[in-house]
Amino acid sequence: MLRFFGSLKVAGLLLVASTLAACSTTEQPTAPVTPTQPSASAIKPGTAEDFRVNVGDTVFFDLDQHALRADAQGVLQKQAAWLQKFPAVKLVVEGHCDERGTREYNLALGDRRAYAVKEYLVSLGIDAARLQTKSYGKERPVCAESDENCWQQNRRGYSVILSGASS
Amino acid sequence: MTPGSRAVSLWAALVLVVLALAPAANASLQIKLDEGVVQPIPIAITDFAAPNPRDQQVAADVAGVIRSDLERSGLFMPLDRASFIEKIASFGTVPNFNSWRVIKAEGLVTGQAMIVAGGLLQVDFRLWDIFAEKQIVGMSFKTTPENWRRLGHLVADAIYERLTGEKGYFDSRIVFISESGPKTKRRYRLSIMDQDGANPSFLTNGEHIVLSPRFSPTTQAITYMSYERQVPSVFVFDLQTGQREVIGQYAGMTFAPRFGPDGNRVLFSYSRDNNVDIYAVDLRSRRPVRLTSDPGIDTSPTYSPDGTRIVFNSDRGGSPQLYVMGADGSGQSRISFGQGRYTTPVWSPRGDLIAFTRQSGQSFSIGVMRPDGQGERILTTSFSDEGPTWSPNGRVILFTRTTPGRGSAGGSSSIWSIDLTGRNLRRVITPGDASDPAWSPLNK
Repeated sequence: MLRFFGSLKVAGLLLVASTLAACSTTEQPTAPVTPTQPSASAIKPGTAEDFRVNVGDTVFFDLDQHALRADAQGVLQKQAAWLQKFPAVKLVVEGHCDERGTREYNLALGDRRAYAVKEYLVSLGIDAARLQTKSYGKERPVCAESDENCWQQNRRGYSVILSGASS
Repeated sequence: MTPGSRAVSLWAALVLVVLALAPAANASLQIKLDEGVVQPIPIAITDFAAPNPRDQQVAADVAGVIRSDLERSGLFMPLDRASFIEKIASFGTVPNFNSWRVIKAEGLVTGQAMIVAGGLLQVDFRLWDIFAEKQIVGMSFKTTPENWRRLGHLVADAIYERLTGEKGYFDSRIVFISESGPKTKRRYRLSIMDQDGANPSFLTNGEHIVLSPRFSPTTQAITYMSYERQVPSVFVFDLQTGQREVIGQYAGMTFAPRFGPDGNRVLFSYSRDNNVDIYAVDLRSRRPVRLTSDPGIDTSPTYSPDGTRIVFNSDRGGSPQLYVMGADGSGQSRISFGQGRYTTPVWSPRGDLIAFTRQSGQSFSIGVMRPDGQGERILTTSFSDEGPTWSPNGRVILFTRTTPGRGSAGGSSSIWSIDLTGRNLRRVITPGDASDPAWSPLNK
């Protein structure tokens, strides 16, 4: 079932969730289909959930690249603004790769991606001391299938809140 | 299979005696490895005799290890025991060569096993050349009984060496990463087993990601990378004590470790100020020396067997390629110029070749080239073949093969072996998914 939707773009992930929900509610075709995530207004500002849902914790990279794309820069600008607003928050920026590289090279590539994210956030005024980096190479993919859709999801910089967020 | 439980007790009394027998004749039985072996040599390996009936099982089991080693090498074809005409019940018997010629055996192995003084297990064997009608090897080994498989490997190594003129590789081990669980939450455990997959055990409990284990030339230690600290770091694991220790305090990630030929030095990559370079550290002083400073990614370093040179991969030219430099970092020069991306170079223990991973189009290959970059040969290709490691004699390569992910569990990784000739591709049996094999030197 999930594989059937494998060709959707990353941006369509939310769509996948809602389409699946629709499949299971075909008895009530008039019922509005809502994503399972809480609405933005219900989320408390300054929390990890606020960061993930309202800011965006992930940026994506091109094959074998660590240069930040325009879409990544947009997300990171939002991250920087949020970090300015909540100055106690510290992040670990994880660098990840797809499976099409050897293990050790990908550790280095993931390292570069994490640094690219960190350096951009620093250029936007975030104190470097608030930002750690960690490469996972190709060892922690979010998507396990061997196709370009998954590979794109896996080539990512993932900002994880280490401390300082509201609970 | 509990972590660290296998404090290696292989190093018990191991005694080798060359049986005083007729001098070796000019045997007709010989394998010339460089000519490429297409037809494996038919060899009869009898169940070993047991002068004391209580040793019958171990005598048969030792012969089984020998058959299995020789068969997997691809150079020998152990004959079906049901075809044997002569039943050799005593080690003292001179075979009836004609009865072995009839079943097309070219070599014959006879032997015996027994518990001797001190509770040690002794195995004696003879290798006979059926056409020359002569014994060409006779040896005796003993060790503690729990190490009985080693005796089989030592006999197989002796046969291999006599018939190929090169050292064998059967009495050796493989350190690797056991993998379990879905790709998105993979569990990694540092693991070790005999080269034939026997006696597997876990050295770490899977709590942290561990990667890229490599044997010390002393065979008593492993270097590897672990995520157990906040900064992923290179560790050394002492196989005798089960102790593990980080190689030093570094501000950034250290990874891709590899021992030098004397066992005192470790090469590794260090990510510092957004630049990955190659360093060497002497494990006694713990003082690192920086060997590369290029802004590109410099990683996967390996010493030549004499320790004078280092091969590594770097993307300084735009894509990952292989480079060779002096052990002090001098004279860095590119050696790979073929189509594709070249990574994970590993110098052969014979010094004559460098094995590597080549990524080209949608596939990954294992190949070899000479240290000057000439003579490139591709040995295997699949969706994902990576990370070669050499047998102690430089004749066989192990690597990781991963199948494409077709569901939420993702692809499956396993260890495979291939001959330097490009023949004899086989899967190495592991307890579950496995990756990143590193072959030990011959056991000591």
